[in-house]
Amino acid sequence: MSKEKSVGLVETKYFTFAEPPNELALEFGGKLGPVTIAYETYGALNSDKTNAILICHALSADAHAAGYYGDEKDPGWWDGMIGPGNAFDTDKHFIICSNVIGGCKGSTGPSSVNPATGKPYALDFPSITIADMVHAQRHLIDSLGIDKLMCVVGASMGGMQALQWVASYPERVRSAIPIATALKHSPQQIAFNEVVRQSVMADTAWREGNYYEYGQPEKGLALARMIGHITFMSVQSMEEKFSRRLKNVNYNFKFGADFEVEGYLRYKGDSFVKRFDANSYLYITKAIDYFDLSAGKLIPNGKKVDTRFLIISFRSDWLYPSFQSQEIVRELKMRHVDATYCELRSTYGHDAFLVEMEEQRDLVRHFLDKTFNGYEVVREYDI
Amino acid sequence: MTSNSLRLDYKIIYEIVEPGARVLDLGCGNGDLLYILARDKNAKVQGIELDDEAIYECVKKGLSVFNSDIKSGLVEYPDQSFDYVILNQSMQEVTNVDFIIREALRVGRKVIVGFPNFAHVSARFMLFFRGNAPMTKALPHLWYDTPNVRCLSIDDFKNFCAEKKLRIRKAYYLAGKKLVKFWPNLFALNAIFVLTGEGAVAPAGEADSDYRQS
Repeated sequence: MSKEKSVGLVETKYFTFAEPPNELALEFGGKLGPVTIAYETYGALNSDKTNAILICHALSADAHAAGYYGDEKDPGWWDGMIGPGNAFDTDKHFIICSNVIGGCKGSTGPSSVNPATGKPYALDFPSITIADMVHAQRHLIDSLGIDKLMCVVGASMGGMQALQWVASYPERVRSAIPIATALKHSPQQIAFNEVVRQSVMADTAWREGNYYEYGQPEKGLALARMIGHITFMSVQSMEEKFSRRLKNVNYNFKFGADFEVEGYLRYKGDSFVKRFDANSYLYITKAIDYFDLSAGKLIPNGKKVDTRFLIISFRSDWLYPSFQSQEIVRELKMRHVDATYCELRSTYGHDAFLVEMEEQRDLVRHFLDKTFNGYEVVREYDI
Repeated sequence: MTSNSLRLDYKIIYEIVEPGARVLDLGCGNGDLLYILARDKNAKVQGIELDDEAIYECVKKGLSVFNSDIKSGLVEYPDQSFDYVILNQSMQEVTNVDFIIREALRVGRKVIVGFPNFAHVSARFMLFFRGNAPMTKALPHLWYDTPNVRCLSIDDFKNFCAEKKLRIRKAYYLAGKKLVKFWPNLFALNAIFVLTGEGAVAPAGEADSDYRQS
């Protein structure tokens, strides 16, 4: 996207609630308070407050979904979808993106100061779930005076939050767009997350989570992220991006990075330790593994749900394969919920939701048009 | 309302479907039929379609559609989820016709089937006199690039319905922009049947007598 179509300069805002003794009650029984949520908004809320869209981010992203901070070079993580005239149209919609609790991008997480000790929570941070993240977001939405969200959208873990919003607050969600996500993690997905966690915890610099005075467990966290990046790409996208190209003319025979793909993974790992807290990675991957809205939990029997769904998967995504999106579709069919499902032909693997914009953008734009304007939008066509 | 340029099969199906009905279209293509049903008859519509480009067209029209093949899209529905399940110009493209129609009748109260007639006079002429695989206005594809995997005539389908104990509630025989009444198995290019299962009770005014025997 060009800068002209960008939302321009943005800033992160902070909302704090659940001050003791009114802490946020957590799904697994713990309590957390006070809770701060970092969030950004783009566009303007209309007078009847019916045009709000909540964007939920994936594992390691943040509230900065669009626009630029000051002279920042790269825009927010979903800038290609958000802006004037874009799919999430800031001329029409009021867009909110908040950082999840348990994270490290301004919302309360294990690296935040525990008011009881005056030190970072570390592993004293309570275990959190996707439902807890959503309940915290609901407090933010309440504080903005929004009764019903026009849409909740997200990919990967963001898609789980979108599903959880419908499960927890169906009457507050007019439409949901879960992208490249699942009702529950498969053993394969849990296995990858476990390897990721073990690489962090195997680093002696992790110090049972109490590393804040000494610095991050850099080696473990970088390795964890390298594993993650392999699962985000596809065999085709890696072939296109790297093939077997070498970094230098010859092999170095010293276990250095011979191939470009090795250099890429090392670079991604190294840059990740500068921007993401290791304990947050542990807590959030666990929250993803605990998530399970299968077997009728998405829409319990007898519950009437008017939420419209647009479900998107990507053909080359082997981390969240299409059959997992089709399981969501099956649940919705069983409950007669209005839904559209599309498997997009992308070669980018799980990363496709961040890079494969064109079809995604068109589908979302038309779906939101219908959601907002009802069949009026349909009447424009003459057959 | 629908314009005069609308395809005759769409016009007929449009007339069949009552306002506000729940409709599932198997192989809904670009969604033109579902769109007029939603727009002008306030039908609660759902499409199932395999082709990506066609799905984008449906979403553009505001329609709900599932990216799926007909069989797996159909079997996941609970019993009697729809008033009508439509198989218009898609039945001849599935291999397991018997199963699909059974499933459609489980999922819907009625099934609307539309298919090209392989026994049309021009098809017979081509096969008999020229010795070529038939091509008609309703069968426009060459033998090597046709999506059709089932070749049937109107009489074949009636026999099928009798054998499988499917009730034909209505039958329409189409030739271009007109309906055909005389000798449809020879002169109709396309046929549209409204089916129910054996046990279904015909609503008033829709007795079996509606079914025009050829």
